[in-house]
Amino acid sequence: MFKKKRNILALSLLLLISLATTTASLWLPLSPAYIDPSQRLLSPSETYWFGTDDFGRDLFGRTIVAARVSLLVGVVVSLVSTVLGTIVGLVSGYYKKADFILMRIIDGMLAFPALLLALSLVAALGGSITNIIIALTFAFFPVMTRIVRSAVLQINHLQYIEAAKTTGASDIVILLRYMLPNVLSPIIVQGTFIFAKAILAEAALSFLGVGVNPSIPTWGNMLQESQIYVTIAPWFSIFPGIAIVITVLTLNILGDGIRDAFDPHSTNRKKKRFLRRRNQDVTLNGGS
Amino acid sequence: MLQYTIRRFISVIPVMFIVSVIVFLLVHLTPGNPAYLILGEDSSQESIKQLEQQLGLDKPIVVQFFDWIKNILTGDLGQSIYSSEPVTQVIFDRFGPTFSLMLLSLIFILVISIPIAIFVVAMRKTILDPIFLTISLLGVSIPEFWFAILLVLAFGVTFPIFPVAGYAPIAEGVFSWLYYLILPAFVLAAVEVGLIARMLRDGMLESINQDYTRTVRAKGVRESTVLMKHVFANALIPTTTVVGTAVAGLLGGTVIIETLFTIPGIGQLLIDSIYRRDYPVIQGVVLIISAIYVLINLLVDLLYAFLDPRIRYD
Repeated sequence: MFKKKRNILALSLLLLISLATTTASLWLPLSPAYIDPSQRLLSPSETYWFGTDDFGRDLFGRTIVAARVSLLVGVVVSLVSTVLGTIVGLVSGYYKKADFILMRIIDGMLAFPALLLALSLVAALGGSITNIIIALTFAFFPVMTRIVRSAVLQINHLQYIEAAKTTGASDIVILLRYMLPNVLSPIIVQGTFIFAKAILAEAALSFLGVGVNPSIPTWGNMLQESQIYVTIAPWFSIFPGIAIVITVLTLNILGDGIRDAFDPHSTNRKKKRFLRRRNQDVTLNGGS
Repeated sequence: MLQYTIRRFISVIPVMFIVSVIVFLLVHLTPGNPAYLILGEDSSQESIKQLEQQLGLDKPIVVQFFDWIKNILTGDLGQSIYSSEPVTQVIFDRFGPTFSLMLLSLIFILVISIPIAIFVVAMRKTILDPIFLTISLLGVSIPEFWFAILLVLAFGVTFPIFPVAGYAPIAEGVFSWLYYLILPAFVLAAVEVGLIARMLRDGMLESINQDYTRTVRAKGVRESTVLMKHVFANALIPTTTVVGTAVAGLLGGTVIIETLFTIPGIGQLLIDSIYRRDYPVIQGVVLIISAIYVLINLLVDLLYAFLDPRIRYD
């Protein structure tokens, strides 16, 4: 996975973004919350790298600080939906009776387009960071459940599971020691994609005005504010958007990279194996 | 086929039941008294009581639930608090724009992604393939509302060719209908194109290494014919499921795009109703969108089974 340059690049970029936003107060030259009406909607300059917003606040600082909410929502939603989805998926793949009921519920949840489910849950619960995390978890964990369940069903009848059962291992031991490690790779891949999707969804909710409180800088909130100034201050809309794209893209590249690294059928490996075999043939045939 | 169709239809019942339970619970998830929340802080005790009665909130929750199910089955989704019209009527009035938008987007998706996928597969051994993969990854990483803002900037400001807001019903002429819809439909489609083209490409690459493809090649058939007639035709079957996925993306995306381009469709109705705390309409919209989604997936599954008989004997 770390043999590919783009995976390393993506990971370093993600770490850089996390580091930059958590330590922002230490190194940002201008306070992202400082309001200066005389400096409103200025185009990018040496002082204001990304320009200023409608309150004269520094957009570079705000774009950096806004990453906090996105990363927080992304990390928590992907972790919680991964844990929840894994537990429900393992149980439902292993216990036939539980499977029937659990899968009907999961199917019902999957019958909503994810963004719509999140949107209506936030509308009911009210827009705070905690509620957005809850809503997005409910929108994304059913897919994880489905993936874990189908992975469990694939290995359920294999001999080593049978062997573990014969030795008298308890269900919990079988699930955690024999099943979980063998279904881990699709879980990690999906977890990374949920991270990316959660960031996009949080931005969409804030943009629609039902997300995080407008006073908190988030990329979605900034884009929402910028919308009416798009013709006179395009930089206000452009930079937060680029920030979203870069963050989500790094996550998607990482997810793809992890999948390729785990997947024995990945095209890259096949190509390599093929080349190796051809080289062997050549040596066997005396280099003809 | 008939047996499969019946089985598939029956499987929709529990799904829709769970959907209606979740939608029912939406109102009860609100912190505190929903009637109080809808009417605001200055409302009198009497008006709260009255609204509670109108919404049936004064009854025990089990009774409310059975009333709700009974009403859905008779096609009654309640009354809008904002306009006092029946919810079904409110939603029906907004159906045209959403349907037009989604139809045009779907056409865009197919017209753009199919040629791209074929071209990329034909050029699979060149540098084009990794470039395509990167672009398609970029495609799924761009938030549609930001892409829309960029297009508004490009078309509304720099090259004012297309209108960036509004909607004209098809009754006022096909041309103006198209004229207003092109930009929003394109944005809605663009986000999905990367994903769909990628899936099509993967499907085609799968069948390009099959024995039957090799046989056709061995017969001396031209490479373009091999690609179009054998590889693409076989890749189309799994692609029908992709359309189901695309529709899910469109149904979610239409909420954002309609709000952005001020198209008076179901998505905008949903956002407006959230601002107005018009819970019966929110519930109605969510229920109907999910029902449409389930129905489309059902049709896709049936089509899939029709095209590929192996599926029927699962």
